Amino acid sequence: MSDHQYTPESKFGKWFNDRLPLLTLANHLTDYPTPKNLNYWWTFGGILTFCLITQIVTGLVLAMHYIAHADMAFDSVEHIMRDVNYGWLIRYIHANGASMFFLAVYIHIFRSLFYGSYKAPREIIWIIGIIIYLLMMAAAFMGYVLPWGQMSFWGATVITNLFSAIPLVGEGIVTWLWGGYSVDNPTLTRFFTLHYLIPFLILGLVVLHIWALHVPGNNNPVGIDIKKPSKDTVPFHPYIVIKDGFALLMFMIVFAFFVFYTPNILGHADNYIEADPLVTPAHIVPEWYLLPFYAILRSVPDKLLGVVAMLSAIFILAALPWLDTSKIRSAVFRPLYRQFYWILVADVLILGYVGAMPAEGLYLLIARVATAYYFLHFLVILPVLGYKEKTLPIPLSITEPVLGGSPNLATAKNKESFKIK
Amino acid sequence: MKNLLRIFFLLILFTGIQLNSNAAEKVEYLKTDWSFKGLFGKFDRAALQRGYQVYTEVCSSCHSMKYLSYRNLAEKGGPEFTEDQAKAIAASFEVKDGPNADGDMFTRPGKLSDKFVMPYENVKAAQAANGGAYPPDMSVLVKARGGGVDYIYSLLQGYEDPPEGVTLDDGVYYNKYMYGNKIKMSNQLSDGLVEYSDGTNATVEQMSKDVTTFLMWAAEPHLEARHQMGFKAIIYLIILTILVYFSMKRIWSRIKTEV
Repeated sequence: MSDHQYTPESKFGKWFNDRLPLLTLANHLTDYPTPKNLNYWWTFGGILTFCLITQIVTGLVLAMHYIAHADMAFDSVEHIMRDVNYGWLIRYIHANGASMFFLAVYIHIFRSLFYGSYKAPREIIWIIGIIIYLLMMAAAFMGYVLPWGQMSFWGATVITNLFSAIPLVGEGIVTWLWGGYSVDNPTLTRFFTLHYLIPFLILGLVVLHIWALHVPGNNNPVGIDIKKPSKDTVPFHPYIVIKDGFALLMFMIVFAFFVFYTPNILGHADNYIEADPLVTPAHIVPEWYLLPFYAILRSVPDKLLGVVAMLSAIFILAALPWLDTSKIRSAVFRPLYRQFYWILVADVLILGYVGAMPAEGLYLLIARVATAYYFLHFLVILPVLGYKEKTLPIPLSITEPVLGGSPNLATAKNKESFKIK
Repeated sequence: MKNLLRIFFLLILFTGIQLNSNAAEKVEYLKTDWSFKGLFGKFDRAALQRGYQVYTEVCSSCHSMKYLSYRNLAEKGGPEFTEDQAKAIAASFEVKDGPNADGDMFTRPGKLSDKFVMPYENVKAAQAANGGAYPPDMSVLVKARGGGVDYIYSLLQGYEDPPEGVTLDDGVYYNKYMYGNKIKMSNQLSDGLVEYSDGTNATVEQMSKDVTTFLMWAAEPHLEARHQMGFKAIIYLIILTILVYFSMKRIWSRIKTEV
């Protein structure tokens, strides 16, 4: 929060602002002091907001034409694709938008991991972020069910069946989720309702996420606390607005390429076959963004433990601020952590790859090793590293490195951040 | 800026991996030049019209196309029959309608607004007439198969005598591109099967290509509009990005730092 008290200039503005301080809020948002050394990895917050709004707007239009009924859902999607004006455009933006949303959120999360943005005093921002991520997965999964194609139906069957692993009450819960004794019309209608609801919950949480961010302010690539406002900061508008805008446009070019030229590449061909409870597809695979967790689920031979492992893989992230014992935030000054960080990135990519492959032979072995390493990273490596690692000296201010100038220590270290191995 | 390039590179890589992982699933399909691929891809009008002919004369006796209407045949970006031609095509089909004022169902000639007439009353009837196998609806068939157009194109030409050791039940045929190699559809195409009005030689290869083009349009009727809009949208975005980039440089030049 800025130090000075804001007063509107006009008489009406002052009168209004005394009763509802909207102008103070607007002033806070434009003046918000932001570290001037933020790099482009920091632009994904804005990009994600864009993704959320895009999904909500296109989703609203789709919901006007979509029919949530097991006999008509598939037909209504084809109706949107063929007869609704620009329906194909809206649906392709929505379907590919989900993938772009996840692409951006993964970059956003891994940025946080690299620069230690989850550490004190930003734990609450991080935990809200994890809840948003969970809700995103729920929304995406249910959204994929709505076209009522083969993958929709069988994906829903597989995922809801996971709950049957819970001892004693599992079967009852599955029946309750389905609203019957198999995935059917009641399942579709409730998924549609929830799919409509969740984005607005996410929107609310995004407000909290940003609110919580604006209390301590942004972390930055150097990872040190900075005085705000100071010569280390720039006002959010116009500096960060234009930079985020530029990055967003680059992102939109990639997005547009998918929508206009390969709109179906991220989906599965089987989802253009109408759901048939009597025919099981050869391979049931979730969307690409859920594959790492799918790999973890399948790597455990026991169903219940598999579900526990999969959920732990997500929830362990919420404990990250306390698992990482290092006082230093940015990986720029943590030579060992930096290496483990990239191993973790590779590990998650490998999990994603084997998640798409049949769970047998070598793939299963790789999935097991990668799953074990995933937990090892968070439960052993991170806590131990905080005590053992010899960190590099951190600069006292970010002004010197960003101003260039003399080749002092801080500059040298900051340069190093560009040479991440 | 370096980071930005790195991110952009990452996105391109992601696209590449996606494209590749899809390509990895493919068997070696027969290749041909599809006019609708690429940034400016458009349908070959004549091929679509010929493809429609193959569909009506051959495929439609078993395969429905329930999401298409006769009006689509005259729409922009499709086979673009003239409206009169499309009306004549529609009128050549008998459509069941009703009930009339007396409560009776009746048949009448088709209109532009009618959906393509289905070969069978329902799925069960289709199965009964085809030895238990349901000939899939062809409206989105191209998008519902992993290999897409290449797969359909190859499948139509993939009939062979079974290799030694493979025994086939009655009504099952060997096709080297079919998943599992066993297919319940017999070889439908033979040279000269249809007589093209434009004088094109109706070889099996030609008919396969024409009908597959037609099926691609049926699955993606707005493909041409999509490609055209995509090109404009991306050019627009690139120009805007360049302008915003220079604005950003200007704004950030007020403070001495690197963007």
